[in-house]
Amino acid sequence: MSGAQAASDDVLIARIASGDRLAMQVFYGRHHVRVYRFALRLVRNEQVAEDLISDVFLDVWRQAGKFEGRSAVSTWLLAITRFKALSGLRRRKDAELDDETAASIEDTSDDPEVTMQKKDTGEALRACLGALSQEHREIVDLVYYHEKSVEEVAGIVGIPENTVKTRLFYARKKLAELLKAAGIERGWP
Amino acid sequence: MTAAHDQLPGGEPDAIRALLPWYANGTLGAQDRRRVEEALAHDPALVAELAAIREEAAETIHLNETLGAPSSQAMHKLFAAIDAEPARRTRLSLSARIAAFVTALSPRALTAAAAAVAVVLVVQAGVIGRVLVEQYGASGYQTASYQPSKTTSGTTALVRFAPEAKASEISDLLASYHASVVDGPKAGMFRILLGDKPLPNAERDKLIARLQSEKIVGFAAPAE
Repeated sequence: MSGAQAASDDVLIARIASGDRLAMQVFYGRHHVRVYRFALRLVRNEQVAEDLISDVFLDVWRQAGKFEGRSAVSTWLLAITRFKALSGLRRRKDAELDDETAASIEDTSDDPEVTMQKKDTGEALRACLGALSQEHREIVDLVYYHEKSVEEVAGIVGIPENTVKTRLFYARKKLAELLKAAGIERGWP
Repeated sequence: MTAAHDQLPGGEPDAIRALLPWYANGTLGAQDRRRVEEALAHDPALVAELAAIREEAAETIHLNETLGAPSSQAMHKLFAAIDAEPARRTRLSLSARIAAFVTALSPRALTAAAAAVAVVLVVQAGVIGRVLVEQYGASGYQTASYQPSKTTSGTTALVRFAPEAKASEISDLLASYHASVVDGPKAGMFRILLGDKPLPNAERDKLIARLQSEKIVGFAAPAE
């Protein structure tokens, strides 16, 4: 996100804090797609993700006055989204958030083995990205898609900065293993 | 990639590898970016890994972009909930609150307040005049833009702080170097005074090199 957009996000939040509905519409228009995609990758259910983003932006409307500007607005939004998504998942008895069950949740992407026949590295990579655990998917998305810094990821996920680096390291390692199983050798691990 | 790479990020080479995804997404600070670029210049394996990371990033973006967007239902639900919220007490700015206060005063109270303000202004002018006479004696007239030359007997340096540096971190850094800001920012640079006595060139260069290696310092150089 550009510095200019970050600055105008701060202005929008100040206007939202004073009850400006139009500012809320602009803010929603600017951020809802990315927030939805982040939520969808966490909860893997379109309806749940839609309900979640309404809830997230309602929180923005209510809490805008408490935003202290210690992080970028987009980082604050993703942190709220993550908290709500994981709280919702924890409430669902059938979706406990350990790696095994998160990894076993049905994924719409092809299995790596299926992809093997497609002989398309890009497609295989996307299939393997979809097969990562929730913890690994989340960190890959935050860094590669949402372009967050080490410090911002640490703030969103609530872990130390060194753990952020280590977690992405292992996510990439797992990705390489999945690719290898799909017949694509990248030389690592 | 070698088997040695199949480890937790630990030593310097692995620490650099662990930074590559953030080098690729452009969010590293100046100092880390320089470290990665220096390592890339000498290690072909790192260059290959960076290419793999860029490929992963491109496919992650592709994957996310195919996820579509929420339906308009989500927006309708949100704004229905917002409209159902209790009316918010609009917080007025300070100037708006002062204006509201003045408007509410009766003409008599307004006259008394204006007189009180006039008295305060006269007393304030007297105090300022006395302070000036005591400070400059009969040294005569000086323009408002006149600044006595600063007697900076310490070592001065030009510093640019990292964009992500917090005010408290800058303040702690200055305290740890017994330094103070004497000018700036000009073109993003501050002129800082280090210590209270001039240092020999070798010692000064060592001090500034140490300053340059600080996490929150993007650039540091001796000031002429």
